[in-house]
Amino acid sequence: MPAATSGQTIGPFWHLIEHPEWADLTRFGAAGDRIELTGSVTDGDGAAVTDAAVELWQADPPADHLFPGFGRCRTDARGEFRFTTLKPGPVPGRGNAQQAPHFAIALHARGLLKGLVTRAYFAGDPMNESDPLLSSIDDPERRATLIARSRGAGHWRIDIRLQRGPSGETETVFLDV
Amino acid sequence: MESARDPIPFRPYEPGTQPPYDVPAYGSTHKRHPQEALARLPHTVTEVAGPRFNPSQFPPIPDLSAVNGKAALGERIIVRGRITDEGGHPVPHTIVEIWQANAAGRYQHPADQHDAPSDPNFRGEGRVYTDEDGWYRFISIKPGAYPWRNHHNAWRPNHIHFSFFGSGFAARLITQMYFPGDPLLELDPIFLAIPDKAARDRLVCKLDMTLTEPEWALGYRFDVVLRGHAATPMEG
Repeated sequence: MPAATSGQTIGPFWHLIEHPEWADLTRFGAAGDRIELTGSVTDGDGAAVTDAAVELWQADPPADHLFPGFGRCRTDARGEFRFTTLKPGPVPGRGNAQQAPHFAIALHARGLLKGLVTRAYFAGDPMNESDPLLSSIDDPERRATLIARSRGAGHWRIDIRLQRGPSGETETVFLDV
Repeated sequence: MESARDPIPFRPYEPGTQPPYDVPAYGSTHKRHPQEALARLPHTVTEVAGPRFNPSQFPPIPDLSAVNGKAALGERIIVRGRITDEGGHPVPHTIVEIWQANAAGRYQHPADQHDAPSDPNFRGEGRVYTDEDGWYRFISIKPGAYPWRNHHNAWRPNHIHFSFFGSGFAARLITQMYFPGDPLLELDPIFLAIPDKAARDRLVCKLDMTLTEPEWALGYRFDVVLRGHAATPMEG
């Protein structure tokens, strides 16, 4: 049986398939707890990554014709992205575990020969303590890279660092999936 | 603690078939590749489920070779192929996103500064869906090679970018299709970043005269394999 096809970089010109409205997962009329997730992507020099495709996927609320569950947003000239979506609830983990509410985030960019995958959890959620992924990361600074911070009502923020920054900023935890 | 109700994970990638993140010959990886080990994550519903695209909300764009009925310049081509998973099963009704440079090697993109002509009749975006048996097809123009400043006199081989989703988010695939006989392939750090030669060669489409439309366009065949599920739920 053939192995899965090899990946290649999305390159710097992927915006030919960019449709800015994809960053709003509520655009088809989904109702629920609407939130904004903003953030930035920076490289090992601490420089803004201005040509990335940031993709958001959430298994909850379940996708349907009003809610795609998936969004894509470019990083802008400051390396910033912004999604509008519905706040996810908990989803089952493996075995009897429950997973705390989270987004899956995939990053594609020039210089990434295959996508990088990470997650964004919600600061202060009591389920974070028992979440299997968060619990598996011993270093609290690294664990914190997976947790979006509240920026006021309905606004969450997560900053993604592809490498340790010049002032020692912690590299985001990326996932082997 | 595994349970029989757990989602069946995707199979691990075959060694050598995927490029690493850190590729010294590809300059853009230097400050962008993770330096810490990736955290292992046994697949859950988040990884095994994935988006579905509905053509009524994401309409097809099956012909890149014209804008408003005006034909783009260049060599018209037909690209057709079958998308299967690693178990050999067709992947039906899945979205395929496509983008590429024009025949002169210029992207319709504000950041592309290559001194080659843009073509108002070539936008460079396509979107198609596989049929119930995993087949897709689109019409385009053979893209040109272009310089990319990675190293002195660096030129990308002719290529078309593809994006696939498959059955779950962990099967997401973004790749590039190359053309047979292109001498730039053996000079390209992006193509050569894939360690396994057989895997690299599968990114090269094949001229297929059965796909050709006589007196109109050449046909190329490009088959794609997306991740399949592990044989048992316990392998995750």
